[in-house]
Amino acid sequence: MTRQRLTGWGRTTPAFADVQRPASEDAVAREMALANGVIARGLGRSYGDAAQLSGGVVLDNRSLGGIGAVAADGVVSVGAGVSIDELLAVTIPLGWFVPVTPGTRQVTLGGAIAADVHGKNHHRDGSLGDHVLEMRLVTPQGHVTVSPTLDPDLFWATIGGMGLTGVVTTVTLRLHKIETDRVLVDTTRHANLDEVMAAMVAGDDGYRYSVAWVDCMTRGARMGRAILTRGEHATRRDLDDATLVPPAPRRLRVPFNAPSGLLNPLSIRAFNELWFRRAPRQREGDVQSLGSFFHPLDGVGDWNRLYGRRGFVQYQFAVADAQADVVVRAVERLSSSRVPSFLAVLKRFGPANHGLLSFPISGWTLALDLPIGPGALPGVLDDLDEMVIEAGGRVYLAKDSRLSPESVRVMYPRLPDFLEIKNRVDPRHQLASDLARRLHLVGE
Amino acid sequence: MENAFAQPQNVVVLGGSSDIARAITKKLCAARAHTVVLAGRNQNLLDEAAREALDYGASRTDTVVFDAEDPANARDTVARAFAQVGAHVDLVIVAVGLLGDQTRDQSDVAAATRVMNVNFTWPVAALTEVRNRLVAQGSGRILVISSVGAVRVRASAYLYGGAKAGLDRLCQGLADSLIGTGVSLQLVRPGAVRTRMTHGLAEVPFTTGVNEVADTVIAGLEKGERIIWSPPVLKYVYAVLRHLPGPLWRKVMDR
Ligand SMILES: Cc1cc2nc3c(=O)[nH]c(=O)nc-3n(C[C@H](O)[C@H](O)[C@H](O)COP(=O)(O)OP(=O)(O)OC[C@H]3O[C@@H](n4cnc5c(N)ncnc54)[C@H](O)[C@@H]3O)c2cc1C
Repeated sequence: MTRQRLTGWGRTTPAFADVQRPASEDAVAREMALANGVIARGLGRSYGDAAQLSGGVVLDNRSLGGIGAVAADGVVSVGAGVSIDELLAVTIPLGWFVPVTPGTRQVTLGGAIAADVHGKNHHRDGSLGDHVLEMRLVTPQGHVTVSPTLDPDLFWATIGGMGLTGVVTTVTLRLHKIETDRVLVDTTRHANLDEVMAAMVAGDDGYRYSVAWVDCMTRGARMGRAILTRGEHATRRDLDDATLVPPAPRRLRVPFNAPSGLLNPLSIRAFNELWFRRAPRQREGDVQSLGSFFHPLDGVGDWNRLYGRRGFVQYQFAVADAQADVVVRAVERLSSSRVPSFLAVLKRFGPANHGLLSFPISGWTLALDLPIGPGALPGVLDDLDEMVIEAGGRVYLAKDSRLSPESVRVMYPRLPDFLEIKNRVDPRHQLASDLARRLHLVGE
Repeated sequence: MENAFAQPQNVVVLGGSSDIARAITKKLCAARAHTVVLAGRNQNLLDEAAREALDYGASRTDTVVFDAEDPANARDTVARAFAQVGAHVDLVIVAVGLLGDQTRDQSDVAAATRVMNVNFTWPVAALTEVRNRLVAQGSGRILVISSVGAVRVRASAYLYGGAKAGLDRLCQGLADSLIGTGVSLQLVRPGAVRTRMTHGLAEVPFTTGVNEVADTVIAGLEKGERIIWSPPVLKYVYAVLRHLPGPLWRKVMDR
């Protein structure tokens, strides 16, 4: 048996595991029956240790392919190993877009279900799980079909369940009708955090898509200056020459690991300044491609290597509307501790769904990329955990690589229900990941 | 499991009642350490260290008593410690050591053998078993407490320094042998430290307290440094000292 080295997107805590690539439901079941510990893996875009299991078996889902015909109402069945990029290449020419997309197309449907991913439209359309009609799932107990009506407990444990209820092999979901491959984008610049948050509360409901980029490196009156971009799919009437062409593959790659320390407070400050200056003060109806609007980072492959050998963490939390001050205090805490951070992403969330470990809750979410290095960082993030917990909020597991089991228990109050369902389908606790071991999600 | 900041949850400490090990353990418990198993010679001291670990935030502790003078027990000691953790072990600290009394020991064959057993043979036997177990796990970290005295052995402490030198060099090869397994080994080379072991001895330059050593070790763990010098400046001091001509070296170090 040869072991392969695996990490998440943040390139921290590597695991050596036996990687298998089953191509069918039966093959998944066979691997699962043989393994002591097993977890599925997609494209490894979760930031931490969710898609790896040290010393165990990792089932790469990329051979679970196949894209079915798109029905007239947009319903399609897709293999769990298909990426959103591959799916869009087929469906955009037919006039269909995914109902929810994360900030990168390089995720698999299986991974997206396991994290119950959200996009810029969460305030309107909810997360991916809200658009799933049915899934095929292989558990240690066998193959099952789950849906909001067929074993709904297992369905909602699997949506956002970080792969810990089994391996999803097929997903049936409903796509979103589009007329063109363009988005009409309104951009506004805001001097500080209060201003941009007020603008989002006032105006987000008028847009399908909305997201703000916040600069966490400026202090004082300009603390949290931000660029807010909001958009709608362009219709044929909006454009002179409407097309339906999927996004082009990426052009640039980062050929080597940057030296650790390349991304330091100075260089990050300079980058943020550039990004901010580049944005128009105000512009309406800008026509952008789907790719550049939804997946701006996909233009550069492997950009995570810019963070150097030691890697980085992403901290993403959500709090209710009434606790909006936590967003402000979090940015204050980071900018005052001089922990360098690239532009942070700020979004409004609509209501939560029934996913037992699903992340989104109605209110605000803020996500920050932070290079490993500053000695103060672990402590600052522990402080943020406390702030978030006090506010009844939570941290996103798909981005996590440093939470404690105690925090997770408080952040996800439905965790006991989740573990009960996991116990039912996995009584011998075969389904485990390094994340599950770290956060005590394996069950006992 | 260890997190992205190299903060372990399950820790085994061989030589768990040594002052340096205790200082490191406290800091690990204040971060994420959950289960700590302490192995050492003296049950009372181990209990004290275990209480301290709980005070600093550990949820569960256990102890294993062994005597490092007998390398034959190393395998069993490691096995018992791992069994008491009962889960993935993230970090094993090897802090077993005996300074001895050079002037007395150097003319006593049994005493000289004892210093070698405690500082070299027992740790190597234990590391062999630790290595097997961590490699099977597919991840884990080993932290071995060496000494700056291992860099160039002084006449006035050649038994202890020589044993540490053997351990230090062996561990560098061992660390290389672990590449590609998911397991890593890091060496700590503290300078003079105020501990029970050195109590009463005259203080030399660059002497630090155990808390400073622990802080340096925690930072070094996160950085993944192969050799953690404490205080860090000793790396440069020893870059010079190790190449001093013999007469000068003896004059400086064996006053
Ligand atoms: C640049 C970037 C931007 C991002 N933006 C967003 C965003 O806007 N919104 C958002 O919600 N997330 C976002 N993410 C996170 C990402 O969408 C999730 O981490 C997603 O889970 C990654 O999918 P993957 O295929 O890479 O899965 P992996 O990272 O490989 O695995 C993630 C989890 O899915 C499980 N899994 C994988 N396949 C299966 C399967 N077949 N059956 C069951 N479980 C499975 C794994 O066990 C693991 O727990 C972003 C990530 C990056 C790198």
